[in-house]
Amino acid sequence: MTERISIVENILSANDRLAEENRARIDMAHVFSINLMASPGAGKTSLIEQTLPLLKDKMRIAVVDGDIATSLDADRAAAAGAQASIQVNTGGECHLDAVMLHGALNQLDLPQFDLLMVENVGNLVCPAEFRLGTHKSVLIASVPEGADKPYKYPGMYRGVDALIINKIDLLPYVNFDMDYFRRGVEALNPGVITFPLSCCTGEGMDAWINWLIENTKR
Amino acid sequence: MHELPITQSILKIALKHANEANAKRIENIHIVMGELSTNVDDSVQFYWDIIAKDTLAEGAKLHFRRVPAELQCMACFEKYHPNDDELLCPMCGSVGAKIIAGEEFYVEAIDID
Repeated sequence: MTERISIVENILSANDRLAEENRARIDMAHVFSINLMASPGAGKTSLIEQTLPLLKDKMRIAVVDGDIATSLDADRAAAAGAQASIQVNTGGECHLDAVMLHGALNQLDLPQFDLLMVENVGNLVCPAEFRLGTHKSVLIASVPEGADKPYKYPGMYRGVDALIINKIDLLPYVNFDMDYFRRGVEALNPGVITFPLSCCTGEGMDAWINWLIENTKR
Repeated sequence: MHELPITQSILKIALKHANEANAKRIENIHIVMGELSTNVDDSVQFYWDIIAKDTLAEGAKLHFRRVPAELQCMACFEKYHPNDDELLCPMCGSVGAKIIAGEEFYVEAIDID
């Protein structure tokens, strides 16, 4: 006799449960945390490198770096002044998930820190699907990537809390239609806070730094 | 994108509920997949045949129910289906729609014996 059992259980629920656990640990330690996502080469590590010197006298910062291989990024974060920098090698996985962040948190004495920056694997598709438990998701777009990215990666653009437009120093040299880009962003994620900046020249970094300080104080 | 871990997760959910009901075997698994969910049902089925072997779920059929995407404009409150190259509301041209449906991805039910 066949019998039907009604279930309704989310297929990614195991990850989501662990993400909630991560969040509880981060909250308990009074740390503000961000999940930095972007395509490869958009400037995730550069942004961390430029951010650390501007904040390290004001707060204690831990960086968790996700990469498929190598500890190059964690080394760069440590050199730029992170009080702790943990490398997570995903062994081929194209994104960080809550389990991996959980493992990294085990290596940190969280109450020692004010800000936790998690650098996800360079990818505009998969990281959007896996919640980590961080407070804010931040996406870095960069001018040379082209203005069509919101249209092509809507899952990523609609889920983020803040958007950085990096490499604005290149605007005179590349064909980037800012209006078209912003229309796409606004359609997917109306009112999302946006920081146009250049990690190379430092232009626009102030607003980003202030946003981090304000959120960390909370 | 992550069909292997996802297939494992589906198997785990199905086996848990089947065991609780003292099932002898699982005949069907009903999965709901929104249009905006990026997973591919063909690949899930491919992995399924491999990983469900020697479990209660061996030979179970996977059924996917597709839910079309639906957006609601936050200016005129019209509901519409998004198309590929235009994200604006087709009625009033406003930006800023809310996703009402299309992101689902869950196991809805299993049929057991």
